[in-house]
Amino acid sequence: MFRTVLVANRGEIARRIVRGCRALGLRTVAVYSEADRDAPHVKDADHAVLLGPAPARESYLSVERILAAARESGAEAVHPGYGFLSESWRFAEACARAGLTFIGPSAEAIRAMGDKPEARRRMAAAGVPIVPGSPEPVADAASAERVAGGLGYPVILKAAAGGGGIGMAKVASADELAGAFATATRRAQSAFGSGQVYVERYLEAPRHVEVQVFGDTKGTVVHLHDRECSIQRRHQKLVEESPAPNLDARIRRGLTEAAVAGARAIGYVNAGTLEFLVDAQGGFYFLEMNTRLQVEHPVTEEITGLDLVAAQLRVAAGEPLPFTQETIEPRGAAVEVRVYAEDPARNFLPSPGTITRLALPGGEGIRLESGVVEGSVVSVHYDALLFKLIARGADRAQAIERLARALDTCVVEGVKTTLPLLRTITAHADFRRGRVHTQMVEQGAFHG
Amino acid sequence: MAEEIKAHITGVVFQVTAKVGDKVAAGDPVIVLESMKMEIPVEAPRAGAVKEIRVREGQTVQEGETVVVLE
Repeated sequence: MFRTVLVANRGEIARRIVRGCRALGLRTVAVYSEADRDAPHVKDADHAVLLGPAPARESYLSVERILAAARESGAEAVHPGYGFLSESWRFAEACARAGLTFIGPSAEAIRAMGDKPEARRRMAAAGVPIVPGSPEPVADAASAERVAGGLGYPVILKAAAGGGGIGMAKVASADELAGAFATATRRAQSAFGSGQVYVERYLEAPRHVEVQVFGDTKGTVVHLHDRECSIQRRHQKLVEESPAPNLDARIRRGLTEAAVAGARAIGYVNAGTLEFLVDAQGGFYFLEMNTRLQVEHPVTEEITGLDLVAAQLRVAAGEPLPFTQETIEPRGAAVEVRVYAEDPARNFLPSPGTITRLALPGGEGIRLESGVVEGSVVSVHYDALLFKLIARGADRAQAIERLARALDTCVVEGVKTTLPLLRTITAHADFRRGRVHTQMVEQGAFHG
Repeated sequence: MAEEIKAHITGVVFQVTAKVGDKVAAGDPVIVLESMKMEIPVEAPRAGAVKEIRVREGQTVQEGETVVVLE
């Protein structure tokens, strides 16, 4: 086992990783930008290295500066967290070249899953269901129409190089296709430098259900059950829970079996997540694989009692997985909400500023993962996530009840946050019944 | 009447999309701000010609700060 780990991240996840390292008795090195001199993650670590100015390109995204920080601090391993360089295969490769252990999967697995068409091909070859559609980008409107005719309307056009919903267009019928194809191609070209689009069946109000997987260097791959992450805005999650509510046992088994088969097929090592869309008919389809620790990993930890960061460190050091499939037993339920510095009343506009007052809850079954303290400056340069609140219960109703009470006592002043929306969601009848889908926020289900 | 277009949020100027002399329509973006990993356009409130641009790319602007002036 390495002795010193550099945490190449900031905010709540950097603090979580420092805690995971401490659990194994490892020394930790934080990195920070000029904007983060007083940040809690810097104080938590045993040692801290300044990377550079506030913009992420010159600090948390600078491979060169992070490797230099590892050299000067004597770190032997690097944990990338999520975001920033966590899904950069070039960074994983650069770590290896510099003689550092990258705490995550191989550069090859990161590259393959980061290339969305290739990820679809690899998963389909492993028998994982993918959304029915054209296997390759379509050349012109006429071939798009042929594919769409075979799939049945509505269909969705997606940029091959894209992400974040840019260049996506829903097409309700054949006579809309030629116009939509021209628009999608043009938008994809200007946003991603490639006008290639492919055609998929459009899923009406699907759920987002994902499976946590874990592999080790001995070739063992296990799953740590599912998570429901349907409540999103702009394709970003707001509420996550485990286990997914109201999921037929047959679908649940299908999801976990597909996830393990997919991870095994690519020789996956360390923590990863396969994301799926589940439609109203119970069909499920591979969406993408996140080759890193997820923001929402605490709900899995809460129901399994396992420490995923500690497991990541052990596996990266070449040890076998510290758990077997048979010993991973989910108990009760856990729900997480993400508190962002965004204004839900103004269409989630960012709300940077100084946190003038912060009162965070605690108590039975409540876990808090915060990157900020009272007085923290929430910078325009980084992600708007302030803290996550996680509640565990003997069952889902108890977890939600605890969460709702904890949300009621949360106070954040100085910046606008998603707290009011999260309170509305946790009180909402459909959420309480576990009837959720990915389009709820955009459709205004939680207004008023 | 000259009209000042103000930033509606605090952010870093990601892109200046208008040039002095450009004719813009209501709703056209004049600059794009980047804040917390999001790109947020600042739009012209009415049609007009761009008289002055007060910011450059990479600069931090505060909410309420004038970024562009229309004729």
